[in-house]
Amino acid sequence: MASEFRLPALGADMDAGTIVEWHVAPGSRVKRGDVVAVVETDKGAIDVEIFEDGVVREIVVLPGEKVPVGTVLALIETGAGPEAATAAPAPAPVGTVEGRAEGPAPTAAPAAPGTGGGGPDEARFRISPAARRRARELDVDPASLHGTGPGGAITLEDVEAARREPSPAPAPAPAASPAGAAEADKAGMRAAIAAAMSRSKREIPHYYLSTQVDVAAAVDWLAVHNASVPVTGRLLFAALLLKALALTCRGTPGFSGFHRDGRYEESPAVHVGVAVALRGGGLVAPAIMDTADKPLAGLMEEFRALVTRARAGRLRASELAAPTIILTSLGEDSVDAVFPIIQPPQVAIVGAGAIVERPWVVDGKVVPRQVLTLSLGADHRVTDGRLGAQFLARLARRLGEPASL
Amino acid sequence: MTDTVRITYREAVKQAIREALQSDPRVFLMGEDVGRYGGCFAVSKGLLEEFGEERIRDTPLSESAFVGAGIGAALGGLRPIVEVMTVNFSLLALDQIVNNAATLCHMSGGQFPVPVVIRMATGAGRQLAAQHSHSLEAWYAHVPGLRVVEPATIDDARGMLRAALACPDPVILFEPISLYNMEGELTPASASARLDGARVHRRGRDVTLVTYGASLWRCVAAAGELAGGGIEAEIVDLRSLRPLDDATVMASVRRTRRVVIVDEGWRTGSLAAELGLRIVEQAFYDLDAPVARVCTEEVPIPYPRHLEDAALPGAPRIVAAVRSLFSDGK
Repeated sequence: MASEFRLPALGADMDAGTIVEWHVAPGSRVKRGDVVAVVETDKGAIDVEIFEDGVVREIVVLPGEKVPVGTVLALIETGAGPEAATAAPAPAPVGTVEGRAEGPAPTAAPAAPGTGGGGPDEARFRISPAARRRARELDVDPASLHGTGPGGAITLEDVEAARREPSPAPAPAPAASPAGAAEADKAGMRAAIAAAMSRSKREIPHYYLSTQVDVAAAVDWLAVHNASVPVTGRLLFAALLLKALALTCRGTPGFSGFHRDGRYEESPAVHVGVAVALRGGGLVAPAIMDTADKPLAGLMEEFRALVTRARAGRLRASELAAPTIILTSLGEDSVDAVFPIIQPPQVAIVGAGAIVERPWVVDGKVVPRQVLTLSLGADHRVTDGRLGAQFLARLARRLGEPASL
Repeated sequence: MTDTVRITYREAVKQAIREALQSDPRVFLMGEDVGRYGGCFAVSKGLLEEFGEERIRDTPLSESAFVGAGIGAALGGLRPIVEVMTVNFSLLALDQIVNNAATLCHMSGGQFPVPVVIRMATGAGRQLAAQHSHSLEAWYAHVPGLRVVEPATIDDARGMLRAALACPDPVILFEPISLYNMEGELTPASASARLDGARVHRRGRDVTLVTYGASLWRCVAAAGELAGGGIEAEIVDLRSLRPLDDATVMASVRRTRRVVIVDEGWRTGSLAAELGLRIVEQAFYDLDAPVARVCTEEVPIPYPRHLEDAALPGAPRIVAAVRSLFSDGK
């Protein structure tokens, strides 16, 4: 049986994407979870996974094409159907990578035999020796360039052109241009954030709650823990926050899920999205999957890797679409509190300000304590302030018991 | 005032031979039909009358014998110019050239240099068919002990013989058959022509055409057409095929970053192959496109005009090869 592999929505407000590169060719065997293509969106180049096992029968959309979400990108031969047995002669991957289909080809093309089919070097990155050397000298990432040489190869001129013009290209890069200039990416991301946040403020009746939490216990616990492990194993406060938030979501329905088509659906799994500010502006919020089920050390490791990949523009599609709730933490040396905007179709977002030393009353005495302001932005269509207050209070309590996280 | 004279390539060669005969009593010309007939390409017409039978010597049809005699004369202190009708016929003298001329100086520890100049016509373009039209320069360029040169311009045709006669090594001097009738300006520069070293014939910034012999003019035609399309080709005339002037070639390739080698020899095992690899060895990181070459089709040169033309590395093929190194639009 053949199934259609369609362009997924790689974020709430994505309506189209440009195929940058295929990692597979007709005849390639794919497994659920394999990264099969790179798609350029307003949020950068994203690896797209496939959700079925099978064999690629046909690549429908060639690199360079911009297509709407839901477009069939490729046909996948899945398992046991009768067609699979006959192993339909796969149309040869004619000039796919060059983005230049040389003739229609479907008829007499030879079958790509078994695995590892496809033409040799179909997906090979082409760059001239001179261009490669110049790119290194200028510290330009050749992968971000559009080649104009023979066969789409990147030439020295392409490298120097990229260096010359930090292209003031208009926001939605017109089709093609795989991995367009960084500036265009930035403008595109700004537009994406604007669209999502405008929609959020237009559609979602936010209510806001905040509370100040004495986190001395958590800070002390972290200090003791970190003193006992090697540098690489040290935890940040963010790991505690992530875990505590995920556990709170699990115990308090109404905050981790999606509001779609007029109704709310609680997500069975809790995937906390982490808001990551990008250097040079912009913001993404990829998810740490199944946040509640992971030990702190694992969370920390994933958190670090996620931030690194987010800043390199190499996030996976599932990571961007998955968050069921987002944590935005402005971190040290910043403000006391943040009142964040929900990212549709989610229904809640939790903010954390800086941990600051404040006068605090303990047992009738004013003492200096480490204080953190937690805030909750929630969707009034789904929950009311009372439940929101419970949610925030439970979160605060969990932070007070770090050893149980 | 004018320093230039308009003459043919043939006339330039003849003037060079006459000057050599006049200026050095050790020089003599020897070969088939060079005397009474005036040379099969009429290069030596009139020289017999001017210099007499002692110095313009007709030989029997035996390349091995008279080339060998020339080598012997050179060993004996003379400065022979041996004319072989075409490079195809020179194969009959290959033993003398490769086993004797090229080796004796080395085998004698430098005691017996062989200062012979062996001139031969080369190449196609005159409908002389397969047995008179081949370009086998690469075979000689393969052999240590020989110097191999090929003047492609009027100035070099006029000037390189003097340098060849002054060289203590045996020199194989190729004269492209298709250029004998070419007219051009003879300039004072001919007087200082060197035996070695390539020369940039045309300046250009976008691509280097490396060539020699008759193909120089195919490249000139191609460069004109390319210029119309916005591609400025630089042309390097090798002049010397052994030794090759790597420095001039690499300097040009480093400037333009693209190179097409145009060679009238057959592609397989050609000088173009040698040059291509040298460029990859020495200028790989300066290349912006694969090294390309345009050679003669791998067939014995056909007799019919249209087939002969189709076999040779003509301007349209050069233009196409150059364009393939640029993006589709250019």
